[in-house]
Amino acid sequence: MTERVYTKEEWIRGLEGLREDYTLFVPVKDGDFHAFMPMNGEKVPDFDFQNTRLSPKSVIYPRSERLFEYILGNADPEANILKESSKDFSPRAIVGIRPCDAQAFQIVRRNFDNPEYRDPWWVRHFESTTLVGLGCNEPCSTCFCTAVGGGPFHEDGLDALVFDLGERYLIKGLTDKGEAFLAKMNGGKPADEAVLKAAEDLTASASQKITSSPPTDPLKGKKINDLFNAPFWEEVAFGCLNCGTCTYLCPTCWCFDVQDEVLGKEGDRIRNWDSCMFPLFTLHGSGHNPRDKKVQRVRQRFMHKLKYYVDKYDNGVQCSGCGRCVRYCPVNIDIRDVCERMNNY
Amino acid sequence: MLRYTEKIQETAKRLLQEKRVDAFIGYGKGSVPMMNQPLMVSDPDRVDRLYWDNFCGLNLCNYLTKRTDKVGIVANGCNSRNIVTHIIENQIKRDQLYIVGIPCEGMIDHRAVMRAVKQKEILDIQQNGKTFVVKGADFEETFEKEKFLQSNCAVCIHRNPVIYDELLGDLVEEQTGVSPYQDVEKVEAMDPEKKQGFFTRLISRCIRCYACRNACPLCYCPTCFVDESRPQWVGKSSDPTDTLTFHFLRAYHCAGRCTDCGACERVCPMGISMRQFTKKLNKDCQELFSWEAGLTLDQRPPLDVYRPDDYNDFIK
Repeated sequence: MTERVYTKEEWIRGLEGLREDYTLFVPVKDGDFHAFMPMNGEKVPDFDFQNTRLSPKSVIYPRSERLFEYILGNADPEANILKESSKDFSPRAIVGIRPCDAQAFQIVRRNFDNPEYRDPWWVRHFESTTLVGLGCNEPCSTCFCTAVGGGPFHEDGLDALVFDLGERYLIKGLTDKGEAFLAKMNGGKPADEAVLKAAEDLTASASQKITSSPPTDPLKGKKINDLFNAPFWEEVAFGCLNCGTCTYLCPTCWCFDVQDEVLGKEGDRIRNWDSCMFPLFTLHGSGHNPRDKKVQRVRQRFMHKLKYYVDKYDNGVQCSGCGRCVRYCPVNIDIRDVCERMNNY
Repeated sequence: MLRYTEKIQETAKRLLQEKRVDAFIGYGKGSVPMMNQPLMVSDPDRVDRLYWDNFCGLNLCNYLTKRTDKVGIVANGCNSRNIVTHIIENQIKRDQLYIVGIPCEGMIDHRAVMRAVKQKEILDIQQNGKTFVVKGADFEETFEKEKFLQSNCAVCIHRNPVIYDELLGDLVEEQTGVSPYQDVEKVEAMDPEKKQGFFTRLISRCIRCYACRNACPLCYCPTCFVDESRPQWVGKSSDPTDTLTFHFLRAYHCAGRCTDCGACERVCPMGISMRQFTKKLNKDCQELFSWEAGLTLDQRPPLDVYRPDDYNDFIK
């Protein structure tokens, strides 16, 4: 395992040097918040951030993605045939991804890449992406990664992990992809014992700073029907606006809708993010809607994350504890509170 | 502002005990600073969850639509104007409502506070009249409320509720001499290309989560035009033309109805100033029809009425 130390200037220069090998997605200050954007010479990376407003899930799973193209009509023998759209699967790296967001890709992967189904586009995007994490020295009060199997310096799901040691960065290669990234990167020097000790201390102190920890273990033992019929859903759902803030900001929400868009005789088949908060999400062609009430949709979101996923994959909850929904839900529906209610029911 | 919390709790308890209302709608204290949650209480013993402070920027009128029971509700100036609009548009009946009026001195813009502390994490906020103290892990700063008002509150001239059954405090002095439309005038002065650029940039971060639409009490259509599929009025991808179409059409549907409560901007996770759309229409309504939405139950809004003696030429 490679462990190298860079000064902060060396680190940025090193990343600049990698731009020929990878499309690098880095945190960039964008108005009031940070966003992952391609490092293209114009955008300056800024690693002094808590977390990006939107998770980096769109790098692998775009908000809108053209899957197929077609032409309509009878004259052309090529007409009415869906042809796969060309896509860019060249190497990418998300540099500065937080461990919770990297863990989220592992959670989502169980849905997109399993023995039953394999989503070719998600999988190829994922495989072509190297995740270079940045540990969290100062987790937020809304972070609860340690309650869902992660941590501020959690390594699972990352290809390399960066420790911010003040003046310098320590970077550890964790997988072959991460080692390949480090091998291509110029500068730095091998880490000495003192640096490794500092990183170890940092990891320990950061974990202690996590103040929220709704237990998620009791969920597995609960009966689905008991939770489904629990009386607290009306109260939880009262304020919900049924907007898509929680689902679109969430790094582990994966649902999509497929739409055809046609102009004249040319059409595209597009996959867009969708949200279980929207009534249209479950509206049948017949006009029937099995989840036509707000409370049913709110219940679905939490039951999926905290119960159905738990039972189906037996691998924890469908949440990486990033806290975005807690901070940005316009009506302050707090998943930690809902989890407590489910635990105690 | 905080003094209202106790009064709201007392009033709600009384109304519920006396069975004047079946439920009472107000705000509860949020689990994170600067975020409150809409709350409905029907048990008189649980009114202690009701709360009021300078971050009650969501519009509670949203929760009245098509209710059939008797409800009590807290209402400041803009919320009360939306209640009037709701009654006029037959979304609820006046006699179903017990309106608890709150004279308002404006809500604090949580984004402005975040900017003032350089986006550092805020752990606690104490509000003391005209100032508030913001605390984080390694800082504590005091700010003047006046300088941190939501931009709609800063130019509000209807702080007192326009309709109520009971008032929880003395009426406040309304602001005078504010120029609410300076930003709109700047856009009006642009040539069409610049305008297009302005609006395109304005919504460039939009993720189509529809929080703005859903937080707006005016948006209660059973099926919104963006969700129609036959015909499909607007595409659902992240195409900027579709996104702009959504914002323009949403704004036009609010013409002559918007009270500039600011809920749309407050809830936007991407910080988009979409009031730039609705404010232009408010200004037009003011100039063309001398109309401000939600001030009276006795007049129909300009865009849902036809009069043969209309003074405008275009209608003849």
